[in-house]
Amino acid sequence: MDKLVIAGREFQSRLFIGTGKYASNQIMAQAIEASGTQMVTVALRRVDIDNPDDSLLSAIDRKKFLLLPNTSGARDAAEAIRLARLSRAATGIAWVKLEVTPDPYYLLPDGEETLKAAAELVKDGFVVLPYINADPILAKKLQDVGCATVMPLAAPIGSNKGLRTRDAIEIILSQATVPVVIDAGLGSPSHAAEAMEMGADAVLVNTAIATADDPVAMATAFKLATEAGRMARLAGMAPQSKQAQASSPLTGFLRNE
Amino acid sequence: MTKDIKTQLTEMNLDGHRDKWMEELQQVHSDDVLKELQSPPGKYSIGRLVRLLSPAAREFLEPMAQQAQSLTIQRFGKTIALYAPLYVSNVCVNSCVYCGYNRTTKFGRTRLSVEQALADADVIAAEGFRDILLVSGEDASFVTVDYLAELACKLRDKFSSISAEIYPMTEAQYRRLFEAGIDGITLYQETYDRQLYAQYHPSGPKRDYNRRLECPDDFAAAGMRRIGLGVLLGLADWRLETLALAEHAAYLMKKYWRAAVSFSFPRLCPATNVQDQWPYLVEDADLVQMMLALRLCFADAGIVLSTRERAELRNHLVDLCVTRISAGSKTNPGGYTGHDDTGKQFEIADDRSPAQIAEVIRSVGREPIWKDWDTAFSR
Repeated sequence: MDKLVIAGREFQSRLFIGTGKYASNQIMAQAIEASGTQMVTVALRRVDIDNPDDSLLSAIDRKKFLLLPNTSGARDAAEAIRLARLSRAATGIAWVKLEVTPDPYYLLPDGEETLKAAAELVKDGFVVLPYINADPILAKKLQDVGCATVMPLAAPIGSNKGLRTRDAIEIILSQATVPVVIDAGLGSPSHAAEAMEMGADAVLVNTAIATADDPVAMATAFKLATEAGRMARLAGMAPQSKQAQASSPLTGFLRNE
Repeated sequence: MTKDIKTQLTEMNLDGHRDKWMEELQQVHSDDVLKELQSPPGKYSIGRLVRLLSPAAREFLEPMAQQAQSLTIQRFGKTIALYAPLYVSNVCVNSCVYCGYNRTTKFGRTRLSVEQALADADVIAAEGFRDILLVSGEDASFVTVDYLAELACKLRDKFSSISAEIYPMTEAQYRRLFEAGIDGITLYQETYDRQLYAQYHPSGPKRDYNRRLECPDDFAAAGMRRIGLGVLLGLADWRLETLALAEHAAYLMKKYWRAAVSFSFPRLCPATNVQDQWPYLVEDADLVQMMLALRLCFADAGIVLSTRERAELRNHLVDLCVTRISAGSKTNPGGYTGHDDTGKQFEIADDRSPAQIAEVIRSVGREPIWKDWDTAFSR
């Protein structure tokens, strides 16, 4: 499989994993392992980022997986920036998944505040991966301020609804100059495959794996689906057609001598 | 046309709705409930809640429970958060007839100095808690804004989330508490039945029904992230109370869209020296139906369970739709540092240790969560 490069770092796996909602840290660790991922995101609110004995953090093998702290819960740019800086000071990790979600119910990202925070964090030396609505103009602006990726949502987080924002994501994909990671709302492996077939560079999955009856098997299924989708994309998919194609019904006469 | 806030708030009591709601509840048939269970769960309308709370819905508790469980897992994950209450004062100027802190009740009153409160908090922190709830009677001359702000500032090193269940304050006072690190307020209306409210609260500042009803607007406007609501179950008809509570919550969720609303379910139980008879006592099945109906209308609302409920029931409830649970609680000031001679607000029905409760949570396939916030958010 071709490699994914984000901010100069290579990834073999195009599946990123979230760490919330698992029934136990052991199951989480097994699911992470089974997914084949190399990047694992952790909510700073959930962990003591400066404590290596934190039960969630210690379940993640930092040698194998890049830990991507996220600012989930931040209501505005100032809170997100503060969290990111504390996290970097405690861990040395300069990567951050920027989430500014002022509404606690749908956890939809605030584009205005996200852009503000992204600009400041990039200036401050962070590798910023912002979670956004599938808004092509915002995606361009975030690229312009120096974000390492854009991460548009497929559907509201935790909804498992799949690619509801397909049309806008297609525009983002066609315009992107940085990797596009489809984040939030992917509820089944087929959704992940579909996103990869469309040309997404990677997908991020949490709820669909963590709340499955068998999270480890589901992580494996997402791994395979992500790989299959990428492989199909690279293979050059045959175009779809609604009708059977008759052979030149309108211009066939030109070949009749 | 959207009604103004004042109108919405004044209508949020049972007076104008009692007869209508009562009639609607009785008219619900099994078919209506079944239809409701076939529509996507988690969306609120008063009609939906009426159907799910109705006597007719009682025979559907099992399918309701299954939907509520799966919706809770989808939205909150296979996790349950733990918190502990810290009672700082049992002095109270009110005379709520149902409460152990009623000012007419004779028992030794205790106020914890900030240092004494910190000593209790140390015990709580040592048990593993990172989420603490400060509780006090209406003791405005001692438990002042300055007192709470000082305490909160000193607790911030040990706790990642500090909330408070205290008497009504002004928006400016709440803002000060928020700046000090208290970012959630719980305030129960007790009952949305204005007439019964007057009977239960014969004297003290709490007599003012409207003031209490408007208070969540004040702390939400002050920036609080968490809004805790509830009725004291047993004071009035629980179905009607749930409808009024839901209307209140829906109003707050729309207007203060940055704050998360959670529901608590305090149920009247014998308190020190309060042994009157109560006509509206709520049975287990009622409590369960109320929780399930609220979950099936509010997918993302927190559902909080205290140690007022007995162990056996709590074991079952954690598997349904609970998102936050207290453990090892002491409801008397100084209780954590071994003072068991001070007055309790209510008797603990589940005295298992936090570690034991964590084990119960694990036994139903959930991860106990001690930390789900960070003081770095606010400073």
